[in-house]
Amino acid sequence: MKLQISSRLAIFAVLELLAHPDRQLPVGEIGAKYGVSNHHLAKVMNVLGRAGLVRSARGVGGGYQFCGNPRRTTLLDLIELFEQLGPGEREEGQLGEGTDEARALHRVLREIDDVARATLGSITIATLYKYLERHAAGAPHSAARAAAQEP
Amino acid sequence: MLFMRAVAGKRPKQASRGGVRLEAQRSAAAAAEPATQSMTIRPVRAADIAQVIALDEQVTGLAKPDYWQGLFQRYSRPSQTEQFFLVAVAPDGASETLLGFILGEVRAWEFGSAPCGWVFALSVRADQRLRGVGQVLLDAIAGKFRSSGVAKMRTMVARGNQLLMLFFRAGGMVSGPYMELEKDLR
Repeated sequence: MKLQISSRLAIFAVLELLAHPDRQLPVGEIGAKYGVSNHHLAKVMNVLGRAGLVRSARGVGGGYQFCGNPRRTTLLDLIELFEQLGPGEREEGQLGEGTDEARALHRVLREIDDVARATLGSITIATLYKYLERHAAGAPHSAARAAAQEP
Repeated sequence: MLFMRAVAGKRPKQASRGGVRLEAQRSAAAAAEPATQSMTIRPVRAADIAQVIALDEQVTGLAKPDYWQGLFQRYSRPSQTEQFFLVAVAPDGASETLLGFILGEVRAWEFGSAPCGWVFALSVRADQRLRGVGQVLLDAIAGKFRSSGVAKMRTMVARGNQLLMLFFRAGGMVSGPYMELEKDLR
């Protein structure tokens, strides 16, 4: 499956913020790592802010901090702020709409969609951070490690 | 598969597209304190079964005394070395209070699988959730499986049971190579 750039960016940005819980992270710093414009990233951060997941501070040393619960915020929560996953409830406007063949295909796509949603809905940002910690080179931030600890 | 019940706390309102409200989620886990310091994990005893039945009834809304007594008989046979029925208990005066329990066993060659440990049931008392009890139980049974010589632990979770999925995922479990299939026979 493929995610929209904004969804991917939101996930990456939250991971970056989790890795630096004691800092306000400027969008420029996150954007530089992923090669995206400040403008695009600011839009993403704005959506995350409206969802109560990040808070910003202006001025010198300003930037963003994650303020959600990393153990209760799933990848699906983040992704659905930016896009709707899967083929949707109906096949309206699709090639072959109204045919038995299209309905049969739609059932298969729904099945795939259900699995994808269940998977994304079962992985929290804390769990993803732990995957990252396990597989990435370099030492992650200790406070972030504490934030990702299990119940 | 016996059953699986939530081990984490009640999940607050779900996120919805276009504007999630996750404030409740932020505080849900923050207030939790570890319950694991005074907790003991040990094999189930006959004296625990009444509390197991009560916890199961509390969670499922259905009392199944014969079922649990039967499982106890089966899992506590001295000759049984690959079936595990563990409880988490805390001291309560002269006795112990049940915090949760876990059941699993090593199964071999079903579905073409090499021997592996299956977790069939896991339950934690509602007022003890988000305090590490479930994770300690899971770690304990993983240790038992490891001692039995298997290198893989499996379980099955309803796709819609997001709490339990979150718990197992957070514990490091990932999708396995099998896919559950079913057919309506009516």
